[in-house]
Amino acid sequence: MNEPVPETGPRPAPVLALKDVSKSFGAVRALRDVSLQLFPGEAHALAGENGAGKSTLIKTLAGVHRPDSGEVLVDGEPVVFHGPADARDAGIAVIYQEPTLFPDLSIAENIFMGRQPRRSLGRIDRRAVRETTAALMKRLGVELDPDRSARGLSIADQQIVEIAKALSFEARVLIMDEPTAALTGSETARLFSVVRTLRAEGAAVLFISHRLEEIFELCRRVTILRDGRWISSRPLAGLTEDDLVRAMVGRDLGELYPKQGTDVGETALSVRRLTREGVFRDVCFDVRRGEIVALAGLVGAGRSEVAQAVFGVDRADAGEVLVNGRALPGGSPTAAMAAGLALVPEDRRQRGLVMDMSIERNIALTGLGRLGRCGLVRRALERGRAADWAVRLQLKYNRLADPVGVLSGGNQQKVVLAKWLATEPVVLIVDEPTRGIDVGTKAEVHRLLSSLAAEGLAVLMISSDLPEVLGMADRVLVMHEGRLTAEIPRSEATEESVMTAATGRDTKAAA
Amino acid sequence: MAMAPETPNARRPRDRAPAPRTAGAGDTVRDLALRWDTAVGALLVAVFVVGLGSTDGFASGENLAFAFNDIVEVALIALPMTLLVVAGQVDLSVASMLGLGSALTGALWNAGWAFELIVPVVLLTGVAGGLLNGWLVTRVGLPSLAVTIGTLALYRGLASVVLGSDAVTDFPRVYADWAVDTSTVPGTFLTYPVVLFLVLAAATAVLLHSTAFGRSLFAIGAQEEAAYFAGIRVKRFKLILFVVTGLLSAFAGIVFTLRYGSARADNGIGFEMLVIASVLLGGVDFDGGKGTLFGAVAGVLLIGVLKNLLTLNDVPNEVQVIVTGLLLVASVLTPRVVAAVVERRHRREAGALPTGLAGRTGSES
Repeated sequence: MNEPVPETGPRPAPVLALKDVSKSFGAVRALRDVSLQLFPGEAHALAGENGAGKSTLIKTLAGVHRPDSGEVLVDGEPVVFHGPADARDAGIAVIYQEPTLFPDLSIAENIFMGRQPRRSLGRIDRRAVRETTAALMKRLGVELDPDRSARGLSIADQQIVEIAKALSFEARVLIMDEPTAALTGSETARLFSVVRTLRAEGAAVLFISHRLEEIFELCRRVTILRDGRWISSRPLAGLTEDDLVRAMVGRDLGELYPKQGTDVGETALSVRRLTREGVFRDVCFDVRRGEIVALAGLVGAGRSEVAQAVFGVDRADAGEVLVNGRALPGGSPTAAMAAGLALVPEDRRQRGLVMDMSIERNIALTGLGRLGRCGLVRRALERGRAADWAVRLQLKYNRLADPVGVLSGGNQQKVVLAKWLATEPVVLIVDEPTRGIDVGTKAEVHRLLSSLAAEGLAVLMISSDLPEVLGMADRVLVMHEGRLTAEIPRSEATEESVMTAATGRDTKAAA
Repeated sequence: MAMAPETPNARRPRDRAPAPRTAGAGDTVRDLALRWDTAVGALLVAVFVVGLGSTDGFASGENLAFAFNDIVEVALIALPMTLLVVAGQVDLSVASMLGLGSALTGALWNAGWAFELIVPVVLLTGVAGGLLNGWLVTRVGLPSLAVTIGTLALYRGLASVVLGSDAVTDFPRVYADWAVDTSTVPGTFLTYPVVLFLVLAAATAVLLHSTAFGRSLFAIGAQEEAAYFAGIRVKRFKLILFVVTGLLSAFAGIVFTLRYGSARADNGIGFEMLVIASVLLGGVDFDGGKGTLFGAVAGVLLIGVLKNLLTLNDVPNEVQVIVTGLLLVASVLTPRVVAAVVERRHRREAGALPTGLAGRTGSES
C-alpha cells in the first residue's frame, strides 16, 4: 500500500482532506479508515467498483453524511459539516450524474435560486442575475442563453448550469459523480475543457467515472477504494488501465472482452426497410444465431428507436420485422415476446425494472403466464425461478423479496437480464448493457453475452462504448442520423472505421 | 404504503451481504405487524370487540345484518376500485353510475318492463359507461382523474334525464326481499347482497394477489413504462378495469334501489368519496402499485361497523362524518409517522445523528 505520493517540488496544503474516515449503515460498513487529499489545481480520480464506497465518500465530503469516526479537513483544519449547506459554504460543490434543475425557471434563475440579488423593496434584480450568469458562461467558455428555460436542456447543458452555480458560490472543490455517463463524445470533450479551465484557476476536482480512459485523460492522481477500504492513492502516470482494474477488483479479471469464437447459424432476426418518419429510415439488417451484432453510432442516431420499433413498443411506419422467418405484427411487445424477442432497455429505472417491486417479482414479470396454471401464479415457482437466475448471474442481494431498488446498478442490470433470459429468447436485444455499472460486473455481463451467443442466441447490442463494441461484436452496424451507414466485419472494425461511419463521413450504405 | 421519495438510505449497499439469506420467521411476523392492512384489520376486530362489550343490541343478528347490508353498495364498488387504484387509476364516476343504474331501473319499471329484462339492460349500461371511461383514458390518453370527474357529472345528468325528479317506489316484494336486511341466509346474519359481496371479494382477492393479471396491475401502478416494456398489455388491462367498475357500479344501483324500495336519480350521491376513502383507509396507495384487497375490505367494514356503533350510541350524523374524516386523515398520516420513527431508530442504531436530514438530501445538490 503506497502512501499518497507527493509530486516533486513544493506544493500547497490540501484544500480538502479526509483522514481515517469510517461510516456504517446498520451492519454495512460503507467506509473503513479512508483517507483522501485534494490539492488545489489538481484533478483527482476516485475509482472503485459499485459498492466500493464512492458514493458514501462523496456524500461525506458534501456534508450529507457525518463520519462515524475520522475527520474532514478543510485547509488543514478539522471541520464538522452539519449539512450540505455547511459544505457549500466551505466551497465544496457536487455535480451529480443527473442534475436536478427547476424545469420551468430560466438558467439564470436556477443558478441564483434562493439567493437572488435584490434591489430596493426586496425586488429581484433580474438584470444582475442575467448579467452575472452571462459572465459565468463566458468564463466557462460555453454558449448558453441565461434566459432560456431549463426544460429541455440536455443533461450535458444541465451539468454546465450546475457548474456555473458552483462557481457563483466561489466553489474551490468540485466533486463530479459520473458526469459523463449520459454524455456524447463531444459533450464530454466540452465538459473536460471546462474542468481544465477550472483546474487552471486553482480549483480541485474530484472526478468519478467508470470509463477508465476518461480518468487517464483528465486526471493526474487516482485514489482507489475497494469494499469500503482505501487501497491506494497514486499518480496515474505509468499506470495502465489493467493496473487500475486489478486494483479496483483485487483480482485479475481475465480478459475484459472474453469473446468466444462461435459457429454462426441461420438468420434469427431480419429487419426489412424499417422506417419511422423523422426518426429512422429504411433500416435493413439480419442477426444470425450465435452472433453478436453491435449497433453503434452517436447518441441520437436512432439506435434505441430502431430497437424499440423492432420489439414493438414503438410503431414503425413502414417495413417489417421477421423472427425465424415469420413476420411480427407491429406495435405489440407481447407478440414480439411470443416470437422469441427480448429487449433489455437502456433506461433501467423507468423501463427495465419496477423499482419498488421485489427482485423475484421483477424477474417473474416477463413470464407470468408460465408460472402456474389458469393464470394463477405459484409463488414457489416464482421464487425458484428468481433463485436460479440469481445463482446463474451471481446476483448479490439480501433477500429476493427486497425491492430491486436497493440493489447497486450492476446488480439491477443483472436482474433485468435475468428477467429477459428467463423468457428463453431467440433474439436478445441489449441497449447499453453496461452503462453505469462497475468494471467487475461489466466483465461478467460481457462473459454472459458471449456464452449466450455461443449457445446459439442471436444478440443485437446497442452500445456507445467503443471498446465494448470492438471487443464484443462479430459485426458492427453503424447508424448516422436515422440511417444505417455501414456494416463492418469484426476483422475490419476499428475505432476509426466505426467513428467515421458514425459521424457520417462515410456514406456507403449497408446491404 | 406510503413510501418516502427515494432517499439516499434506500440505496444503501445492502446488496453486499455476503450470502443470500432467506426470510426468518421473526422477519415475517414483524413485517406483517408493520403492515397497514393488518393494522386496519386488527383495528376492525378491536372496534368490534369494544362494540360487543359496550353497546346493547350491537351483537344481535338483526343489527349485524343491518350494519353490513347498509354499506354493501360501497363495499361492492370498492372491489374493482381497489384494482383500479393499485393500477394507478381512479374512477370518480361510480356513484353517478349507481344513480344512473337506479334511475334506469325505475324508468324502465314505470314503462312496464319485466324486472328480469331490466337487470341486463342496466348492467349493459354500466359496461357502456365503463367503456367510455376506459376509452378516454387508454385510447385518448387522458388522466383518469380528469376523465371521471367529467363522467361523474355526465352520468348523474343522464340519470336526471332518464327519471327526472321522480321517485319510483312500487317494486314488488319478491325482488325487494332479495336485498333488504330482514331477509338473511337462513341461520346467519348475512343478507344476500352481503353474501354476494363476500364471494366476489374472495374472487377479487385471488385475482389481485395470485394471478398474472393481478401481478400485472401492481407493475402497471408502480411503473407503467416498465410494465409495458415487459410485454404487459397495459391499455387492455386498464380498459377491462374500467368496464368492470362500471358494471359493478350499475349493479350496486340495482341493489340500492331494491334495498330502499326507491329509484331516484340522486341515489348514492357522494358515495364515490366513501368508496375511495375506504380503499385508501385499507392501505392501498393512491399512487398505485401497493396495497391488498384484504386491507380495502377491512377499510370498508371498519367504516361500516364504526358508523353503526356510533348510530346505536345516538351520536349525531354530523359527528359521525367528522369521525370518518379523522380516521381517514389518521390513515394517511400514521404510516408516514411510523416510517419516520422506524427510520430514525435505524439511524440511531447505526450511530448516525438524528438530524432529520437524510430524508431531504436526495433533492439537494
